[in-house]
Amino acid sequence: MPKIVEKRQLTDITSLYRVDAPLIARAARAGQFVILRVREGGERIPITITDYDRDSGLLTIVVQEVGATTRRLGELGVGDEILDMVGPLGEAPEIPSGGHIVGVGGGFGSAALLCLMKELRARGEKTTVIIGAREKGLLILADELEKITDNLEICTDDGSAGFKGFVTERLQQMIDGGEPGYPDFVISIGPMPMMRAVEKTTRAANVPCTASLDPLMIDGTGMCGGCRVTVGGEVRFACVDGPFFDAHQVDFDEAVSRGKMYVKEEKVAAECQRAAHQEEAA
Amino acid sequence: MPVKRAEKTPMPVRDAQQRAHDFKEVNEGYCFAHAMFEAERCLRCQDPVCVDGCPVRVPIADFMHAVAANDMPKAAKILREANPLAAICGRVCPQEAQCEKNCHMTKRFGPVAIGHLERYVSDWEMAQPETEEPKKPWRKEKIAIVGSGPSGLVCAGELARMGYQVTVYEGLHAPGGVLRYGIPEFRLPNTILDWEIRQLERMGVEFVNNVIIGKTITMDALFKEYGYSAIFIGTGAGLPKFMGIPGESLNGVYSANEFLTRINLMQAFDFPNAETPLKVGRRVAVIGSGNTAMDAVRSAMRLGAEQAMVVYRRSEKEMTARIEEYEHAIEEGVEFHWLTNPIEVLGEDGWVTGLKCVKMELGEPDESGRARPIPIEGSEFIFPVDNVVLSIGTRPNPLLVKTTPGLKTHSWGGLLVDEREVETTVHRVYAGGDAVTGAATVILAAGAGKKAAEAIHHDIQQDAA
Repeated sequence: MPKIVEKRQLTDITSLYRVDAPLIARAARAGQFVILRVREGGERIPITITDYDRDSGLLTIVVQEVGATTRRLGELGVGDEILDMVGPLGEAPEIPSGGHIVGVGGGFGSAALLCLMKELRARGEKTTVIIGAREKGLLILADELEKITDNLEICTDDGSAGFKGFVTERLQQMIDGGEPGYPDFVISIGPMPMMRAVEKTTRAANVPCTASLDPLMIDGTGMCGGCRVTVGGEVRFACVDGPFFDAHQVDFDEAVSRGKMYVKEEKVAAECQRAAHQEEAA
Repeated sequence: MPVKRAEKTPMPVRDAQQRAHDFKEVNEGYCFAHAMFEAERCLRCQDPVCVDGCPVRVPIADFMHAVAANDMPKAAKILREANPLAAICGRVCPQEAQCEKNCHMTKRFGPVAIGHLERYVSDWEMAQPETEEPKKPWRKEKIAIVGSGPSGLVCAGELARMGYQVTVYEGLHAPGGVLRYGIPEFRLPNTILDWEIRQLERMGVEFVNNVIIGKTITMDALFKEYGYSAIFIGTGAGLPKFMGIPGESLNGVYSANEFLTRINLMQAFDFPNAETPLKVGRRVAVIGSGNTAMDAVRSAMRLGAEQAMVVYRRSEKEMTARIEEYEHAIEEGVEFHWLTNPIEVLGEDGWVTGLKCVKMELGEPDESGRARPIPIEGSEFIFPVDNVVLSIGTRPNPLLVKTTPGLKTHSWGGLLVDEREVETTVHRVYAGGDAVTGAATVILAAGAGKKAAEAIHHDIQQDAA
């Protein structure tokens, strides 16, 4: 079982974990994900790989505590083991060479950009990372991202750090000729509303854009079909065909609707987890 | 009445009204008296044709003798040597199309209940204390098995018996493949599967979960870094097919794989103690007529559906499910709508509200040899439903093929194998079960695993010589 060797609180509800998972770390490529489970009877949840180190065999993931499983994970600390972890799953995205590549990350989606943008820069691409959050305290991994990209653009809704406004507004400035230059290719990772907005912005300007989708899934190997998304009128499985798809082809309405399938049940599970947690604490 | 002229002893089953609301096993199993009586019905044919109907060639006559003589240890030994998954096959094999079909008793009195007796003896064996010491492999060669479904388990068991060091790699968090995620508890309790796997462990087989060969470790690395002498691929046919009709991505539409995986592997029936949910509404339509469709529709009923129905474009005659599952489903109140083809899933606000179908009639035989169903013009109608479960087949998973150079498949995804029907297009990589044949039965996969084990042994010994 993968052991947590380092844990860092990034925000009130977001933590970074470095786990000892040598097989996955050795095979991982930027943009892929793992599926983990933290207790018997627990759910299997997909988590994007933030970074990996083939030599040390350590895998970095960033998890926001939003549901029962992520909260249970949040209760684990250094030295604890994660019950099940499998990967790397999905395919690394194909990003064309020779242009200005802009990665747009919202919320904890910023974490997913880390190794991807690092690899692209190492490949010789000009890179910019735009990350956004409601306010300064919710920004994550800005220092780390700063080190691995040519430009880091920070956006906050309230202006408490960097550009005041949405990531899409900053992206629009660049499309309109602003620094650090016109985006030739956009990678979008974040909450659905953000990815939709980025898609809209890039579509209007005819900029190619790939989005990392995170639909509900169980096995992650193409077996259940629960993660199906419609892309260009065709049904694709995000777990094996994705998670990256041409954003301009994705049926976001359907993806958003499917993402909400178990909202009620997720609340129930989270309540049960909370109750169990309080009982333990008492 | 002499025993040999008696009819087949029926399997005791739980009350249909009661069992349709829980996941406990439907069949209760024979008692001692049933078993003795039934074994006596065997005619001891000079030419036991029943064996020809068995993909793993269990020496059924010898087995019957042992049971009739109340020598259960011997009966269990005969069974286990021929079929390492006897406790499972006694429960899920389509005996009526195999051994029991050939039985000379079949026409006049009904076959000897070979399957029920296989189960009886396996259950007897499970109830015995474990006396034998666990075994250790004695050969130096290591064999990797990819996938822990029926073909992989049998291949592993056979190779372990021959003394090889065997590791079974499973992508999910628990071993068993389709036996774990597919077949429900009421037909095959997980405790049975766990017991079978424990027997393999006691034979020296090592199980590694959460490793996807082709993703976590490549095939090439298995040979070069891990030093395996041969690899057996038993990855099954786990990729669900969809119909391609409008509305399939609405909320409330599931592949049978997803529906059953949520229930069996993730135990959604125990939500919220188990955290994986499953939404089952009042009216559920399952499309298809195989064993998986029966499993899905009966599970839907157990999860509270008031109307659980099977919708199939052909007729009852072309149904592919085991007869027992079909009968049990009827007893439990499942509705069957034959010659009915779904053409659209209807929805509102993203959720399923109905299934639009057209009535069919049977025409000339098609390429499968079965009468071709033809739509009856103007016969469209709507079933109001809350869920649609698609159980129209599966195909082999391309994941391993995509990452293994040289591993070739048919256009439909099945792995290409040599004239012995075991070795793939990559040297010392073998395959069997649904990954080669497309979706079939547990016992055919078991037979393929056994055959591959023999070939692996033969080839490795030849390499060594």
